[in-house]
Amino acid sequence: MEIKVLGPGCPNCSMMEELVKKAIKELGIEAKVDKVADIKEIMKYTMSTPALVINGKLKHSGKPLPGLEKVKKLITTEV
Amino acid sequence: MLKNISHYFTYKLLKLEYGTRLGDAIDFFIYDTLKIFLLLSVIIFVVSVVRSYFPPEKTKRILSHKKEFVGNILAAMLGVVTPFCSCSAVPLFIGFVEAGVPLGVTFSFLISSPMVNEVAVVLLLGLFGWKIAAIYTGTGLFVAVFGGLIIGKLKLEKWVEEYVYHFKNGQEYDIAGQAFKERLQYAKENTVDILKRIWLFIFIAIGIGGFIHGYVPEDFLVHYAGPGNPLGVPVAVLLGVPLYSNAAGVIPIVYALMEKGLSIGTVLAFMMAVTALSLPEMIILRKVLKIQLLFVFAGIMTVTIIAVGYLFNAIL
Repeated sequence: MEIKVLGPGCPNCSMMEELVKKAIKELGIEAKVDKVADIKEIMKYTMSTPALVINGKLKHSGKPLPGLEKVKKLITTEV
Repeated sequence: MLKNISHYFTYKLLKLEYGTRLGDAIDFFIYDTLKIFLLLSVIIFVVSVVRSYFPPEKTKRILSHKKEFVGNILAAMLGVVTPFCSCSAVPLFIGFVEAGVPLGVTFSFLISSPMVNEVAVVLLLGLFGWKIAAIYTGTGLFVAVFGGLIIGKLKLEKWVEEYVYHFKNGQEYDIAGQAFKERLQYAKENTVDILKRIWLFIFIAIGIGGFIHGYVPEDFLVHYAGPGNPLGVPVAVLLGVPLYSNAAGVIPIVYALMEKGLSIGTVLAFMMAVTALSLPEMIILRKVLKIQLLFVFAGIMTVTIIAVGYLFNAIL
């Protein structure tokens, strides 16, 4: 599974990354997590960061951040 | 109702004597805290539900190819309800420009968004009354419309970084529409999220009102920026520009300044300068704007906010 956390590097974006890592760990899933700060790459998906892309699909964008349970759910639907 | 609760707590549970200074202060503190948190929870929740209908993508579509003026007014109002993290100012800017939103209209949005929002309005409402909240909101929107109009009229498109115009829009993904139940859930999460981030500032602000009241000596701020000094407004605004905080963070300072006798126009101008103009935001926007445009933007905002401050000092 490929997970991308989109965001130019603000506190919210790092929180999102932490959330995703925690969710993966708790679910015990193998996944590659990339942090994407390149604006061109971000704009391919959305203009509101922080955003979450799983297997090339936009799953969340903007504020407020999803909760841990929501992130787990988003990830499990893509397994 | 709230008064009864705070009375009960102060005089029955804490057994403080009625009419003493400490008793009054605690009574006032509890009452204000309850009132403001109740107001905040209700209003943030309602605004969050409204917000869920205006994701940035939709706002962009509404504003695309809008005429000036009408576009500026719409943009300023949408700036209030469209949620966005200051870190997404760059993708948002590019998205807007690429979708054909005029430059000035984009600026109206960017100006109003951090300055006028539900948190600012509720806090002003709870601490200073509806009149000041309404004045702040009204002039905030005016400043956003006016600033954007001027930038539009000056035709500064040449000072936007060239690459912004060559952006190839990838396919835009839309997150599926939400059911009403999901919107309520979102609103609940958002309300909790915002309250978690601002509760401390509010306690400080109310604490200043309840306890420091009357104990704080007049200091140099009033001397240099007080009502007697015609340069008060520009001094407050210029002090506010390098400071950066969200509306909730600046409220305790605003409250303290009012307590120390600064006039209302000066204080509101200070609050606008702190929220609308910030160095970190400028640095972020530098990625898409040339330095000349940033200076023009900062200049227009500073002058407009100073004018607004003088106006209020004159009429209030």
